[in-house]
Amino acid sequence: MDKAQIIEKVNEFLMEEFEADAADIVADADMHEALDLDSLDYVDLVVLIDENFGFKTTSEDFQTITTFDDFYNFIASKVG
Amino acid sequence: MNRVVITGKGVYSCLGKNVVEVTEALKAGRSGIIYDPIRKEMGFRSALVGNVEIPDLKKEVGRKDRKAMPEQAMYAFVSTKEALTNAGMSQDFIDQNEVGILFGNDSTAGAVIEGVDLLRAKKDTTLIGSGNIFQSMNSTVTMNLSTIFRLKGVNFTISAACASGSHSIGMGYLLIKMGLQKQVICGGAQEINPYAFGSFDGIGTFSTQEDEPSKASKPFDKNRDGLVPSGGGATVILESLESAQARGANILAEIVGYGFSSNGEHISNPTKDGQVRALKMALEMGGVKPSEVDYVNAHATSTPVGDGFEAQAIHQVFGDNGPLVSSTKSMTGHECWMAGSSELVYCLLMMENGFVAPNINFNEPDEHSAKLNIPNKAVDKELNTIVSNSFGFGGTNSTLIIRKFAQ
Repeated sequence: MDKAQIIEKVNEFLMEEFEADAADIVADADMHEALDLDSLDYVDLVVLIDENFGFKTTSEDFQTITTFDDFYNFIASKVG
Repeated sequence: MNRVVITGKGVYSCLGKNVVEVTEALKAGRSGIIYDPIRKEMGFRSALVGNVEIPDLKKEVGRKDRKAMPEQAMYAFVSTKEALTNAGMSQDFIDQNEVGILFGNDSTAGAVIEGVDLLRAKKDTTLIGSGNIFQSMNSTVTMNLSTIFRLKGVNFTISAACASGSHSIGMGYLLIKMGLQKQVICGGAQEINPYAFGSFDGIGTFSTQEDEPSKASKPFDKNRDGLVPSGGGATVILESLESAQARGANILAEIVGYGFSSNGEHISNPTKDGQVRALKMALEMGGVKPSEVDYVNAHATSTPVGDGFEAQAIHQVFGDNGPLVSSTKSMTGHECWMAGSSELVYCLLMMENGFVAPNINFNEPDEHSAKLNIPNKAVDKELNTIVSNSFGFGGTNSTLIIRKFAQ
């Protein structure tokens, strides 16, 4: 799976499950602020990563992620 | 002691999605019962159930709130929003006052089983997701609604089997009467998914007369063979008279009595004496003579044992030539944890519109129901004083009395 495919899939579930506006999903924007994420949302991100990419992660992994691009790269490092 | 009045009502049930639709169904004697083939495939003895659609709240409730809501919280949200609108109680008013909430709820089977299935499949608790814990706690309705409506007063759930929705109103009534709260949102909610009713079906409580679903629930009829499960949400807004008048609210009725008791006997079989104690306590609290009661909304669920005891209890308290008696469960089925609240809403609709809803499918009385005045067609009648009975497993009994408001 290349990065473009990862971006498409991530954006799709963020719009579907997190009801994010496409306009708010900008690669170098702060993902936590753009999606108004709280501690419970990170649990749901773990679920969505498992469902969509088939690997297990923890909510602590998100501490190193700031932008949407960081998030895409994190997933790429696991599935690439 | 404060006088306690009702200023708002809302309901979401198998009879309709709002009070207008439900009023029409009650007047017409229209059943909300259907046959659900999925239940048959799952191994249910009876596939009969109330027809309640899960509402789509995407436009009304944000994602963060929605993910914590099981179906019964969604039903309760709809009925509560309608009740608050009906009461003219704005979010601004709620933000500036200590409005409380008490709801009856006694299960979250759907959410619990969904969460356990996920845990067994994934073997990772995180993969259950963040919403399940809030959906699967018994206080799910009050925790969700108190968050969504930003309530600051009393906040807890009452679990008392099929009397839960009635006791919640009774407790709200007592808190306001004693001056501890000024406004309390009271109600009941009931999940309707198959998981909620499998074990209940298993003990042989449900009607198996599946050929004509609308005729299966026949409280007080000699040929009744069991109840039909249903669900939804129902809400009333209780206020002190002082609060209602200060707001200039339209007063729908006054609560004048709440009686409660425990049978202290069998876990599932009711007794006449426990019910009589609750009825007499409510009448005494309200200073209401039995002869002043115009209508009794019976708990009668259509089970052979339960209806018989209630018929005897009503006859003992009200005597021969007593008030009109009907069980709206003949149309709704048994709305269980919600029933005490929904049935009080049905009573308010009857009081407001001057009619008694029929006990449909009541064609042949038995030895006990023959002594009661049970109409099987709607009756036009001005109603000033109404009694509503609710009884539950474990022998918990609740009786509420409402009166048309007079200065």
